[in-house]
Amino acid sequence: MKAAAFAYARATSVDDALDLLAVHGDRAKVLSGGQSLMPAMNLRLISPELVIDIGGIGELRGIAMTGDGIRIGALTRHLDLQRSSEIAEHAPLLMEAIAHVGHPAIRSRGTIGGSLAHADPASELPACMLALDATLVVRGKGGERRIHAVDFFLGVFQTALAVEELLVAVELPVAKRGSVHFFREFARRHGDYAIAGLASQAIIAGGTLSDLRLAFFAVGDRPVLAAAASKLVNRTVTPASISEASAALDKELAPYDDQQASGVMRRHLAKVLLVRCVAALLGRPELARAMA
Amino acid sequence: MTGPMPISLEVNGERVDAHVFPRLNLADFLREHLHLTGTHVGCEHGVCGACTVRVNGEIVRACLMLAVQAHGGSVQTIEGLSDSGEVTDLQAAFRDRNALQCGYCTPAMLMAAQDLLNQQAEPSRDDIREHLSGNYCRCTGYQAIIDAVETTARRRRSRAP
Amino acid sequence: MTAPPAKPAPLSVLDRPNSYIGKTVPRPNLDRLMQGRGQYVSDIELPRMAHVVFLRSPHAHAKIVGIDAAAAKRMPGVIAVVTGKELADVVTPWVGVLSHLKGLKSAPQHAIAVDRACWQGEAVAAVVATSRAQAEDAAEAVTVEYEELDAVTDMRTALDPQTPVIHASLGDNLAFERTLDAGAVDQAFSGADEVVEADFIFGRHTGVTLEPRAIVADWNVAEEGLTIYQGSQAPHMVQNIAALHLGLEERQVRVVCKDVGGSFGIKVHIYADEMATYALSKLLRRPIKFVADRVESFNTDIHARDHRCKGRIGIKRDGAITAFEIDDLTGIGPYSMYPRTSAIEANQVVNLVGGPYAAKNYRARARVVFQNKNVMCQYRAVGHPIACSVTEGLVDLAAMRIGMDPVEIRRRNLIADDAYPCGSPSGLRFEKLSHHASLAKLMRMMDYDRLRTEQAELRKQNVHRGIGIASFIEVTNPSAAFYGVGGAKISSQDGVAVRLDAQGSVICHTSITEQGQGSESLTAQIVGSVLGVPMARVRVILGDTDNTPYGGGTWASRGAGIGGEAALQATKALRRNILEVAAAILQATADELDIADGVVVNAADGAVRFELKELARIVYFRPDTLPPGIQPELMATRHYVPREYPFAFTNGVQASWLEVDTDTGFIKLLKHWVVEDCGTIINPQLVDEQIRGGVVQGLGAALFEKCIYDERGQLTNANMADYLVPMSGEVPDIDVGHVVSPTMESELGAKGAGEAGTAGAAAAVSNAVNDALRPFNVTITEIPLTPQVVLTALGRI
Repeated sequence: MKAAAFAYARATSVDDALDLLAVHGDRAKVLSGGQSLMPAMNLRLISPELVIDIGGIGELRGIAMTGDGIRIGALTRHLDLQRSSEIAEHAPLLMEAIAHVGHPAIRSRGTIGGSLAHADPASELPACMLALDATLVVRGKGGERRIHAVDFFLGVFQTALAVEELLVAVELPVAKRGSVHFFREFARRHGDYAIAGLASQAIIAGGTLSDLRLAFFAVGDRPVLAAAASKLVNRTVTPASISEASAALDKELAPYDDQQASGVMRRHLAKVLLVRCVAALLGRPELARAMA
Repeated sequence: MTGPMPISLEVNGERVDAHVFPRLNLADFLREHLHLTGTHVGCEHGVCGACTVRVNGEIVRACLMLAVQAHGGSVQTIEGLSDSGEVTDLQAAFRDRNALQCGYCTPAMLMAAQDLLNQQAEPSRDDIREHLSGNYCRCTGYQAIIDAVETTARRRRSRAP
Repeated sequence: MTAPPAKPAPLSVLDRPNSYIGKTVPRPNLDRLMQGRGQYVSDIELPRMAHVVFLRSPHAHAKIVGIDAAAAKRMPGVIAVVTGKELADVVTPWVGVLSHLKGLKSAPQHAIAVDRACWQGEAVAAVVATSRAQAEDAAEAVTVEYEELDAVTDMRTALDPQTPVIHASLGDNLAFERTLDAGAVDQAFSGADEVVEADFIFGRHTGVTLEPRAIVADWNVAEEGLTIYQGSQAPHMVQNIAALHLGLEERQVRVVCKDVGGSFGIKVHIYADEMATYALSKLLRRPIKFVADRVESFNTDIHARDHRCKGRIGIKRDGAITAFEIDDLTGIGPYSMYPRTSAIEANQVVNLVGGPYAAKNYRARARVVFQNKNVMCQYRAVGHPIACSVTEGLVDLAAMRIGMDPVEIRRRNLIADDAYPCGSPSGLRFEKLSHHASLAKLMRMMDYDRLRTEQAELRKQNVHRGIGIASFIEVTNPSAAFYGVGGAKISSQDGVAVRLDAQGSVICHTSITEQGQGSESLTAQIVGSVLGVPMARVRVILGDTDNTPYGGGTWASRGAGIGGEAALQATKALRRNILEVAAAILQATADELDIADGVVVNAADGAVRFELKELARIVYFRPDTLPPGIQPELMATRHYVPREYPFAFTNGVQASWLEVDTDTGFIKLLKHWVVEDCGTIINPQLVDEQIRGGVVQGLGAALFEKCIYDERGQLTNANMADYLVPMSGEVPDIDVGHVVSPTMESELGAKGAGEAGTAGAAAAVSNAVNDALRPFNVTITEIPLTPQVVLTALGRI
């Protein structure tokens, strides 16, 4: 399968890219890492008139500490995140999640900006952004916007990004003291898209959780930051409270059917993830066994 | 620009200048323009790994890169890695262990294995399976490949100063 | 090299000193593959070569009302757009039937559909252009008017009166039916203490060779010769069929097979789009290259194993199996594949069910029905996985019913190792098998009792592991009974020509073919051993109908057994010829001489007489120095065909050890074992690797692989993200052991081993899953065992 013909432009700066987007709108596609765009083009599922390659825009690279946060340029490759001491130290949830993104040869090209803008509901990074309470920095001709992760992912391949805008950076708060995290996904094979996944972060003190963020992925048309977390914070967690949280989670999810799993299956797996997550965060494995 | 664009890059240490259509992917460029057919095409949607090459020092799926994106960069294919001697010991281990049958996945497997060994001197079998988990082989069932990579890692460690 | 000890002439060629037979030696000529310097068909470029892209029907069943290619023909790079009607003048249609499969019927199939497309993916037009990309662009500009027809997409209702008949001329959708009734089945069931029944459902599979099907057809109009570059397992068969349907003589067709990126049976068949490519080359008088892309591969490479099989087993409380019965249904495509037919798989299922066991009562019915889906045909281990999964599944269910250990029930029922020669109720003839010795070896290798103890311990912690055993028999070294008797021009014999070159090296031409299993190596090992020269001095030429003897090729696990024997016999003859010349030169007798390490030596004490290269020099350049009257012959050709046994059966047993996460349904394969008896082993490593590769294909079947069609006959997972093949992270290490029961039919004694791994792996996994889930009273008799299937069976969802 060979891609249909297209025009190609190498954007030299963010403004340059924005100018091109302003002219071509949705007839253009932004090429970042290409790991999602290229398969779709090769399969002729999409045939843009123009491909705007932003790969050369240096401003979009780099991981930097900023006050109490980390700023990650949109062109930062998954591999760069894996090699970053800042991410290892200050965003260990992200570090753990990245290892599940595809395979090494995908991670050497795929970018965080591309993954977030693509917003595949089964992918890891959007959920991580929810769990990490990230802010996405977006730029258009009119200037920069900062969008909270919870407001960014709107549906299957749909985000708050306008057609003429570019995601330029992601900002994460650094992990606080007492922070614990959990990441697990169920995939048919290593590196496959998850059929259910959970990225979670919390503060633990005295055997109780606070600031618990449970971000499920592959269980709906977008990652879900579960309100059910409220059933598990600032109290001693028991099998009964997990059941309560599980029932609450059930109401929040609208999982889809596909060839890898039915919605019913995804719902079930989400609850298994919830139980295993809570047990792991609290360091109480017996909680997971009790639910079997 | 839909017409052919000039690109200039280094391939296996040689300077290459070419004019290519934007839609030409790197795998097809290497195979058809440079006749470096050691890089194989298996799926063209980035799943099988047969097209693995090195770009600017990192392994990539050549079917998911445009040739124009390689402009100014450095590409190494299996031919280059073979001629430089970088994977001679790995190839010897593959041969002795019969870690290839039809050979179609092998250039990419060698690329991915060498990538792992460049990062980890003492990979466990699970580490090896994980790093190669994006490279499809239908012939071997993988075990011989894991064995050959493990053997090579051990030999390199024993040779290391 | 030490001189061989003084002894009389060796008992057999296999006892020769420094024999490579039975040794793990690296395959020759791997460097070029490892350096990326092989030559696969997709690497081939010829002058004026053009590329063909096939426009394919989006509908499972539709009349082709009209094709408008006017716009496409004007597009850049386009050379021609050719319809089925136009191509029918160049290439004739075919029918995939064989006379020995009584009642098998099928309709004529064209290289490109003429009036009607009968499966989603069938080619309806060919676009030829100077590049693949341009041909794809032009294909988008061809408009085809279709009139959709009802599609037959459910094998269960394919024979119902209200289901449309795909080919009116055939009367119904039944391609083939076979029944068998051996012994006294009804009595055996009524006399049983328990009768267990189950419905076995199998996912439709495809081979997913990493190199897709690829051919270059080159018609040279001045020479009136067609050269086909193709990764075929059976080049002489391709030669015959291409000639037949293009109106040529076989001698006008040359088929060349260089490196092949995997086949497993996928590339042993005749494909419509490949016949179309041969025809297009003839029509357009230039080389045409066709490389299937991955989506096309899924839609048009043969599928296999789409079966629903009802099974019954009768069992006595003491563990004796009284009878087996099956009713198997398989849904193929709209045409029986050519020339090997799509009935062989079902025929094998009938033949093989119950095969390892002594039970004499067996009844079977198998029906093969047409559907509007992709064509189906032989894929590695043809029919064996179905037969083994059904048989071994029933045996385990019987064991469970009477509360007997699954190993114990097999001990009580497997054919005794000293019962041979004997036959099966389905008419198979076994020369010598080793079911018990193999099972005993397996038990030792896997430390069965320790695993049972571990299983019991872990169950208390709610960790559910299972052991699954699967015995099997395998068809290898087929005689003409397989295809030839039915009228197919598929040779069951093979030939090897060996000659000494002017420098004393050995050039060897063999009609078997190489797809990575080691055909070249086994040939070189045999030639080197039998003649007495180092393997490095042996060059093997294969895969070229112009340059090898006529033969069947490599399929049905016949390369080592048949091609190997031909190599052995040819080399024996060459050795005799050489020693006769040497004897004449030395004024000795041939019996007093031998060849070792490329040198003519005294048989008695190994003393060096002279080198082979010296003998070659004399024969080729200085025959004036030879004694009078001698006409040296430094080339010998021998062919070999199995004559006594229709198949050389092998046997084996596999075991799977796995863990089921009963919360998620996910299965982790922990370990796998195979004990295989394939007779004389030429290269242990190559045999073990064939087994491992075959096992993993079976593991893929057990857990992952399924072609998913919707009710409209659309293949919905025609890509590698959605059709799941096993990758390195999903499969365990596999331990392989052997028992050796050579066949007496050949001097080499080798049987085949290529398909054994695939035959039993899925059965072992299924049995292991059911073993793991015993505490839950759950039995699953369907594959693939996806997490969803497991959780549903457990009632968790």
